[in-house]
Amino acid sequence: MAVLTKHKILETNATLLLVFAFLVVTIGGIVQIAPLFYLENTIEKVEGMRPYSPLELAGREIYVREGCYVCHSQMIRPMRDEVERYGHYSLAAESMYDRPFLWGSKRTGPDLARVGGRYSDEWHVDHLIDPQSVVPESVMPKYGFLRDRKIEPAQIADLMSTHALLGVPYTEEMIQNAAADFRAQIDPLGDTSGLLARYPKAQVRNFDGEPGISEMDALIAYMQMLGTLVDFSTFEAVANR
Amino acid sequence: MWNYVKIGVLGVIAVLAAIAANFARDLAYQVHMIIVMLVAGGLFLWTVRRTDEPLPAPSPGDPAAGYMDGPVRAGVIATAFWGVVGFLVGVIIAFQLPFPALNFEWADGYLNFGKLRPLHTSAVIFAFGGNALLMSTFYIVQRTSGARLWGGNLAWFVFWGYQLFIVLAATGYLLGSTQSKEYAEPEWHVDLWLTIVWVAFLAVFLGTILKRREPHIYVANWFLLSFIVTVAMLHVVNNLVVPVSLLGSRSVEVFPGVQGAMVQWWYGHNAVGFFLTAGFLGMMYYFVPKQAERPVFSYKLSIIHFWALIFLYIWAGPHHLHYTALPDWASTLGMVFSVVLWMPSWGGMINGLMTLSGAWDKLRTDPIIRMMVVSIGFYGMSTFEGPMMSIRAVNSLSHYTDWTIGHVHSGALGWNGMITFAALYFLVPRLWNRERLYSLSLVSWHFWLATIGIVLYASSMWVTGIMEGLMWREVDANGFLVNAFADTVSAKFPMYVVRALGGVLYLGGALIMCWNLWMTVRAAPARQAVPAAVAAE
Repeated sequence: MAVLTKHKILETNATLLLVFAFLVVTIGGIVQIAPLFYLENTIEKVEGMRPYSPLELAGREIYVREGCYVCHSQMIRPMRDEVERYGHYSLAAESMYDRPFLWGSKRTGPDLARVGGRYSDEWHVDHLIDPQSVVPESVMPKYGFLRDRKIEPAQIADLMSTHALLGVPYTEEMIQNAAADFRAQIDPLGDTSGLLARYPKAQVRNFDGEPGISEMDALIAYMQMLGTLVDFSTFEAVANR
Repeated sequence: MWNYVKIGVLGVIAVLAAIAANFARDLAYQVHMIIVMLVAGGLFLWTVRRTDEPLPAPSPGDPAAGYMDGPVRAGVIATAFWGVVGFLVGVIIAFQLPFPALNFEWADGYLNFGKLRPLHTSAVIFAFGGNALLMSTFYIVQRTSGARLWGGNLAWFVFWGYQLFIVLAATGYLLGSTQSKEYAEPEWHVDLWLTIVWVAFLAVFLGTILKRREPHIYVANWFLLSFIVTVAMLHVVNNLVVPVSLLGSRSVEVFPGVQGAMVQWWYGHNAVGFFLTAGFLGMMYYFVPKQAERPVFSYKLSIIHFWALIFLYIWAGPHHLHYTALPDWASTLGMVFSVVLWMPSWGGMINGLMTLSGAWDKLRTDPIIRMMVVSIGFYGMSTFEGPMMSIRAVNSLSHYTDWTIGHVHSGALGWNGMITFAALYFLVPRLWNRERLYSLSLVSWHFWLATIGIVLYASSMWVTGIMEGLMWREVDANGFLVNAFADTVSAKFPMYVVRALGGVLYLGGALIMCWNLWMTVRAAPARQAVPAAVAAE
């Protein structure tokens, strides 16, 4: 093979070898990643999707911090058993505001993409404090300490404006009211009209049943909204998906 | 003069880190800034004490013209140390799965599986594997170029800078500073530091190649070069984030949802492809021919499989996203290229194994060669299993299960681990001027413990992975699911225990290695003639 004798040019010139090797490794990534930013089925919007409310976003941060994604996926594949077990398969649009995405790669525990509304808040509290008390076979660690850690919404507005900077549709109004909305979501007796106008379908409850806002409140608020935004009784899949 | 610049820079860094620690918005960031402050402050004092002092007379045995092996020796120690740490954390989390009580409640979540698992993966990939790559790169590039490392103490900066990166990453995970992207968990400030260290690494490597005394660049260096360059590209793109505040560790990803998933697995699979494959192939192309005392089997095969491997690997990422919200065309591309990738992978395996032709008898007498052969064998096995699992129909069963974990470990424990152990056994007598290793029979013990450990690990994960995949999809005659998710969890118990025991054996082997290497340096007879730097060997 004559072409192989030409290889001498590359293997005697370090700069050429560097440039050539770099060019060769860029191609695949460009072809696979670039189209995802303009193809219809990866950037379409679906009725019902909205950014996370401040409390839900704080819960999501705790979900990331504790490494829940290590054992729980949030991506339902369109196979019969998964749809039976977890619900409608996941749409690209359902994670369009997810930074980072939390699809996961391993199911040591079940998928959580549509766990919202499946269990009561009390079940979640019991389960987080002592998983084996409600699921004897479970191998999940205990997370009771989350209920003892109170959180303040001091930094949530900064986090939201960073999301907004990158294109998540948090409005000025949402960012200004971040701390108030954060508190409003665990106070069923307070005025929640502003919160619900800004974040439709936001669930307002004292999630952990204890006074004050704990990390467990935020985490359960996040889990209870997972997969509840899109109404699949009216959703129609587009053919090219 | 240079010292005064250093003093100034270090002083400024220490003060800035102290300020940042004071105003830190989260604990992880505060701890990181305190670490940076202490390191910069310590170096500041050390530099001040040495400035304007008379230089010590150069010792005759260590001429500046010879090879620079200090960072390689340090790298050998770091590789062995981080290896044991990484394996130990692995064994702990392997026992946490069958026995969840080991997620100690008194630790308030800091030692839960979700925190320790990223610690384990990063410790073995980046601390153990990374140090193995650093030290072998520094060793190989000098020998194959016939030149001393370029950049003076820059190699020391790379070594210590990398250790600092490891410490920052590890403490960050435990304290909850994570991006949640697998194998790219460290937050923005740690990523920036790694970028600086990595650019210095590239400079040392390329600088040494450029001043080589051999006209040709040896094949091992092609792989090492593509490993360093590609990892730089992957690291930078996958970690594009906007920090929420310069005084906190939290950041927000530039790529959301499906784009974020694609970028992450483009990175994730090529962390395997370039960190754990191309880099380690570079090690194979030097250490196997040296230990076997035979030339590389085929020059032409190395050219073809090098270019094919680096071109094809980068496409394989989407096979991690079959049947997800990623468009089908992308995951099909990932699948097709993954299957094609089987060929260049086996090209490398054949080139490595056939290098032993004419020296197969050494398998009986040389346990280091045995380790290399098993390592290349596991490389071949995992690069067959990988393409198979990337096929959609297989992946629909294997994805999300323990089969994937087993696959990764046959690659990591078998291929990366074994070739690294062989390299350590090869290097220690040479670097510390010893006639031979302290004990070859201890090497044999290590070999068998590690091999049996891997077999237990991989086979138990095949069984449990395929079992849970089948149990999840099982439906009865009426179309109802047969198993609750919890049923599959309890069914995995025995396999989890077997897997953990496999890990214990593997860890035991590594501890024996540490003892053997320690005793080699302490007690083995010294080699007499110190070889001067010679042209490329």
